[in-house]
Amino acid sequence: MPLGGDGGAPYLRIEGVTKRFAGHAAVNNVSLDIGRGEFFALLGPSGCGKTTLLRMLAGFERPDAGAILIDGQDMAQVPPYLRPVNMMFQSYALFPHMTVASNVGFGLRQDKRPKDEIATRVSKVLDLVHMGRHAQRKPGQLSGGERQRVALARALVKEPKLLLLDEPMAALDRKLREETRFELVRIQNRVGITFIMVTHDQEEAMTTASRVAVMQSGNIVQVGTPREVYEQPATRFVADFIGAVNLFDGKVVEARDGAVSVIVEGLDVPIQAQGAPLAAGTAVSLAIRPEKIVLTAAKPEGASNLVQGVVREIAYRGDLSTYRIDLPSQKAVRATVPNIDRLAGPAVEVGQQAWLSWSVSAPVVLTQ
Amino acid sequence: MREGRAGRRAVIAIPYLWLLLFFMVPFAIVLKISFAETALGIPPFTPLIGPDDDGKTSLLASLANYRLIGDDFLYLRAYLNSLKFAAGATVCCLLIGYPLAYGIARAPRAWRGLLLMLVILPFWTSYLIRVYAWIGLLKGNGIINNLLIWAGLIGDPLPLLNNAFAVYLGLTYSYLPYMILPLYAQLEKLDPTLLEAAADLGCPPSRAFWNVTLPLSLPGIAAGCLLVFIPMVGEFVIPDLLGGPDTLMIGKVLWDEFFTNRDWPVASALAVSMLVLVVIPMALLRKHLGGGEAR
Repeated sequence: MPLGGDGGAPYLRIEGVTKRFAGHAAVNNVSLDIGRGEFFALLGPSGCGKTTLLRMLAGFERPDAGAILIDGQDMAQVPPYLRPVNMMFQSYALFPHMTVASNVGFGLRQDKRPKDEIATRVSKVLDLVHMGRHAQRKPGQLSGGERQRVALARALVKEPKLLLLDEPMAALDRKLREETRFELVRIQNRVGITFIMVTHDQEEAMTTASRVAVMQSGNIVQVGTPREVYEQPATRFVADFIGAVNLFDGKVVEARDGAVSVIVEGLDVPIQAQGAPLAAGTAVSLAIRPEKIVLTAAKPEGASNLVQGVVREIAYRGDLSTYRIDLPSQKAVRATVPNIDRLAGPAVEVGQQAWLSWSVSAPVVLTQ
Repeated sequence: MREGRAGRRAVIAIPYLWLLLFFMVPFAIVLKISFAETALGIPPFTPLIGPDDDGKTSLLASLANYRLIGDDFLYLRAYLNSLKFAAGATVCCLLIGYPLAYGIARAPRAWRGLLLMLVILPFWTSYLIRVYAWIGLLKGNGIINNLLIWAGLIGDPLPLLNNAFAVYLGLTYSYLPYMILPLYAQLEKLDPTLLEAAADLGCPPSRAFWNVTLPLSLPGIAAGCLLVFIPMVGEFVIPDLLGGPDTLMIGKVLWDEFFTNRDWPVASALAVSMLVLVVIPMALLRKHLGGGEAR
């Protein structure tokens, strides 16, 4: 798998790391390689172990087994205050008794850098996050978004080998969060530091990170680019967790030439899909993204997969509309239609019959 | 709406009424007595308004008592001595109380209640009895001296009682919980993530204490120090029981003026001066600290 950044040996290597709390494995034998300059996201629901993994990188937790190597150096015996790693905390953890400038300069003062160097670097990094004007304020006098920028500046100023971000946008409101995502990517491109971000928000991970690791109960279930994990989810969990999806459980009835026919409960005709050769009788799930389903009032010609259903609900979401369609088996299917298409074509209204069709490449065949 | 406001006023009025009745009114009486002169009789002082030498009714306030306090070096010495004892014992309380409070605040949550209970436990016994108990411990043939002699560490009993040492010990012992509780309250509030942030930025734990924990616990330190320092200045029981006859503290002098000399006006003037001398610096300090802590 290509590593982002400049390639070569992995910059951060996590080898078989396990962490148990009271017998329960919060992180279970996790291995991961991350390249220099990557923007990497650890994505998963709460309690999946992503924050524990991040805290082990920072040195706040010790792994029960396994090794963490940063730039080839084993971190096992290195305390947090000697690691070439800085963290941006979810709560920001700004020192309330210090001004913005002295918060940001704190790390440099610990390294006993000369005074004028500290001053230059602090003002440079504050300019980078657009907080130069507020250098003399106390954290209590700042808004949530401003505090977040200060926290980022404080973690950046030491130019660490790894910058760890623990749910960096969780405390911001929606609009600010969207702006901040782009800002974060811009800053990461500017400074070139390797970012590792923990988040439970798949949209946040998808829009910022160059690669994503999806975690589930202490394990990494898939690593890949946002496109890969979205288009080719490895498991039902990944398909369901990332984005909206329609999942059909069924059995393979026929497989040939990289294509399978899957008979799905409640549907008369098998669904045609592309996928790895699987023996007939294998239990599989089909994952179909709502935007890959074509919704028409009239029966379309020559569609590979075609089912009919009744529109039960239409949710208008501005740029697109989400339809809930009940199949004859009562299974609900979601389909999204860009509103620009919806308004152009013949309208399908609630209560009406509609045809759902999708190409053979739309479903992803999942065996686990 | 209107009723709600009236109700709120009534609730606020109760403590103020209490303070007015049982603090401000008695204080006004003490202030009044401090301007009077001693007299034989009941009460043992002259009225503030009465016939003067010419027989006319007029205000008979006199500053003679304050002048006496200013002129007689004894009072100033007693006052300075009190400040010295109180300051020394406050420092002792802080040095012992801070690590204790820190330890309790960092203990597992399940333990904290028990540990705090142990701090408060001495209050279940009368303060007077606890101070008396120290006499038994400290006196020439007391428990400590006997133990040391029995262990062969010393030949003759150590002079532990009736000196400044005993006063410092008694003050520190008696007021320690008042130092621990506000410090604990402050330290318990301290967000442990701040210490992680400090470590993350290259600050080892020992230095993080000076850079983060201590500055953030300053309000607790100030509260604890005020809480022990002010009553220590006026302390009477401890110097009387443990300090012996040579220990001079303003509380003791006040007691003597009041009960031994039956000079209520001078005792009142002393009480007023003491209050002013303690309260004004504290108010200034508070204002100063408060200004530094605007959040």
